[in-house]
Amino acid sequence: MHSATLDEVFQEPGCAKNQAKNATERKKGCTKALKPGAAAGGCAFDGAKIALQPVTDVVHLVHGPIACEGNSWDNRHAASSGPMLYRTGFTTDMGELDVIYGAEKRLFRAIAEAIAKYDPPAVFVYQTCIPALIGDDLEAVCKAATAKHGRPVIPIDAPGFAGSKNLGNKLAGEALLRYVIGTEEPEITTPYDLNLIGEYNLSGELWQVKPLFEAAGIRIAACISGDARYRDIASCHRSRANMLVCSKAMVNIARKMQERYGMPYFEGSFYGIGDMSDTLRQSAQLLVSQGAPDDLLERTAAVIQKEEQRAWARLEPYREHLAGKRVLLITGGVKSWSVVAALQEMGMVVIGTSVKKSTEEDKARILEIMGEQAHMFEELSPREMDRMLRDAQADIMLSGGRSQFVALKAKVPWLDINQERHHAYAGYDGMVNLVAQIHHTLSNPIWQQVREPAPWESSAKPAAEG
Amino acid sequence: MAHVVNARKQCTVNPLKMSQPLGGALAFLGIENSMPLFHGSQGCTAFGMVLLVRHFRESIPLQTTAMNEATTILGGYENLEEAILTIHKKNTPALIGICSTGLTETKGDDGAGYMKLIRQRHPELADTALVYASTPDYKGCFQDGYAAACSAIIETMVPQGPGARRERLLNLLPGCHLTPGDVEAIKETAALFGCEMTALPDLSGSLDGHVADHFTPTSLGGTTQEAIAQLGAAQHTIAIGEHMRGPAELLQQRCGVPCTVLPRLTGLLPCDAFVALLAELSGKEVPQSLRRERSRLVDAMLDGHFFFGGQRIAIAAEPDLLIALGHFMAEMGATLHAAVTTSDAPGLAGLPMDQVLVGDLADFEQHAAGADLLVTHAHGRQAAQRLGVPLFRVGIPIFDRLGAAHAVHVGYRGTMTLLFALANMLLESHDTNAHRHGHPAPVQDTDNHARENLATC
Repeated sequence: MHSATLDEVFQEPGCAKNQAKNATERKKGCTKALKPGAAAGGCAFDGAKIALQPVTDVVHLVHGPIACEGNSWDNRHAASSGPMLYRTGFTTDMGELDVIYGAEKRLFRAIAEAIAKYDPPAVFVYQTCIPALIGDDLEAVCKAATAKHGRPVIPIDAPGFAGSKNLGNKLAGEALLRYVIGTEEPEITTPYDLNLIGEYNLSGELWQVKPLFEAAGIRIAACISGDARYRDIASCHRSRANMLVCSKAMVNIARKMQERYGMPYFEGSFYGIGDMSDTLRQSAQLLVSQGAPDDLLERTAAVIQKEEQRAWARLEPYREHLAGKRVLLITGGVKSWSVVAALQEMGMVVIGTSVKKSTEEDKARILEIMGEQAHMFEELSPREMDRMLRDAQADIMLSGGRSQFVALKAKVPWLDINQERHHAYAGYDGMVNLVAQIHHTLSNPIWQQVREPAPWESSAKPAAEG
Repeated sequence: MAHVVNARKQCTVNPLKMSQPLGGALAFLGIENSMPLFHGSQGCTAFGMVLLVRHFRESIPLQTTAMNEATTILGGYENLEEAILTIHKKNTPALIGICSTGLTETKGDDGAGYMKLIRQRHPELADTALVYASTPDYKGCFQDGYAAACSAIIETMVPQGPGARRERLLNLLPGCHLTPGDVEAIKETAALFGCEMTALPDLSGSLDGHVADHFTPTSLGGTTQEAIAQLGAAQHTIAIGEHMRGPAELLQQRCGVPCTVLPRLTGLLPCDAFVALLAELSGKEVPQSLRRERSRLVDAMLDGHFFFGGQRIAIAAEPDLLIALGHFMAEMGATLHAAVTTSDAPGLAGLPMDQVLVGDLADFEQHAAGADLLVTHAHGRQAAQRLGVPLFRVGIPIFDRLGAAHAVHVGYRGTMTLLFALANMLLESHDTNAHRHGHPAPVQDTDNHARENLATC
């Protein structure tokens, strides 16, 4: 693990959390020491893999024992419009002898096997804890393999014990900056070329927003890394601007591309109607400021008007069902306030939201939207969550899979809004999907049945209630 | 007789195997009020937890010592100690089940020594069982880690020496290829003979998907501490699956409880052996209800054999699951077309085929070409799609179907259920093929009337 890279990532000036710190605080870095016995969340390797796995046409080879890939492969719903190679799990599956003698040779041969069999345009090799600990030189092996096979073999140096998932996102970004971005030239360029950074096309979300950009006349030249081809990313430095989708994940890519290629970037969100419109508007403005013809602004405004109108019309029927329902929203970062706004538009009352991953700016925004009564939880323990739900403080909880069963066991409706979900919530259609799903869940007749005690359990509940 | 052959390659493609600590965690999850703890980096726990959550559709208590680069190099004692104290304070579990990982084993952390030291330094943990299992990721597979955890529980928690023997108290050591539903079915069968059966671990109490009255951050049920302490007093131990031989024999050594290892409990003959054993141990007649169940299975075999005869089945599974299903398929008249497993293990050589491959799902996909049915975990879905062959999901993980915990494939009734499910799948794919081609499915094996029957039904 290169400590220089780590320092750089920790002191990322583009990071909103860092901006709020003074120089000495920044120097300390952002590895929050994890508490043994009370830690949750993925490791740096996990984060790197999440960020890059959606690149569809390369071999993603994990150098480590079986745990790292065997326990985790093919477990997200990043979708592809073409190559399916990214869903194939590759690992060196290190054994005891590899641990004792080192596994560089094994890795070198594994790369050769994968290339011989699958002929990918590139191989991404992920470092994990054990080879990092025993000193396997990932970079040297990748360099030798690149020379031998005449195609890029790229080291992703983010072993799990380096830190959190978020750090892994950033280290993956560093690897792209160092080895991929700017190494090829695009076939065509237009003044309307925009890159998306930090959009993974989970459940096909990219495909819900891409047509919106296209309708306005904006070309998504590359997406890092949803539904991406290696070549798109290698040549994405010729686009005119970057949009940073999930601000926490790969801000380093956007900022360094600005430094290197003079490409401006903005942070935006696809969640919520207002946010989606802002994003389209900002994209157009940024492209125009980079020399795209002015009429882009008008076209964009027209798309926004049409789509917003259409979305509101589709949402209207749900309002009477959802108005007044109380929501507990447990999610990270930027999604909090974007979703809050959308739910409020439906007349729902957000009784609390988590702000664990949110920046100060996010929090200010939540306060602005939700007002003084906003409950912001830094850390809501499952026990506390359970108590809130059983006290019927919320009609529905929206969260990630981790807390799914806290809600369901308390017999409270729940909806997945994190990465494992099966429905796409991005864009105008996505918000309609989300609201429709909330309605389906809330209006499901099972809630009444499962909450009733069995007939022989003569609890205090009067029969009249049913 | 089968030769067990290693796929000699450097790059594993589409892993079939999962690692030892995860198997260890599953065993600990079958103990009441327990918290499994991985001594490794936080990712080890996160991946394992996600996998088990998606399979069982339940909260999975699983913690981490959160090792980082520096603490790994310096040794993990402090992290382990802090993790145990934190878990004790926050969650007060009856048992903390520690699984080492590849990371801490590579460093060479002395788990046993650490546990002694923690015990000495922290008398406040006196009421908490601390069990340490060595489960490096770079060795063995899921079922080995599971067995290692079971042995560690016995070693740590069952008092040495013969207990006061209790008649009709039986121990069950169910292999990790058995579901919570399987374990429950076995216990119910024992109850028919008036036997009380303690399962170690007992997933039927913890991961059977019930709704508890209160939130609990630890396992929702399972083998109790008291029951574990009593394992040495049992009349007999029945272990299911060759990988449970180690724990069964350990219990025999420590406490003198005789044991029988049944390699499998799927299929008529293995069920007969099990029921006969229960009759012998209990001194009771086989009850009418069980005779009736047996008769139903026999009838199901008569009805179902048409659809298995000559069918080519490809199976990829951990050794003992492969053994159970492979023999059953062969006994129903199917041909074992390909078999892939995760490590060489006793019993594999007995499978009625030429070769068992220790390999991955890419090997499986290659060898399974031409099969009528694929049998493996949910990760086989890509191979099934590419080959255009139906997939019957077994083992862990099954993340794209509901009810994995409740599938029962042991005992007369479970075997019957399995038989019907498989036969229906074979039947359906034949129907589909027949319709797709607009004429009856081609019959390669002309003296096989079953196929002709299929095409017309």
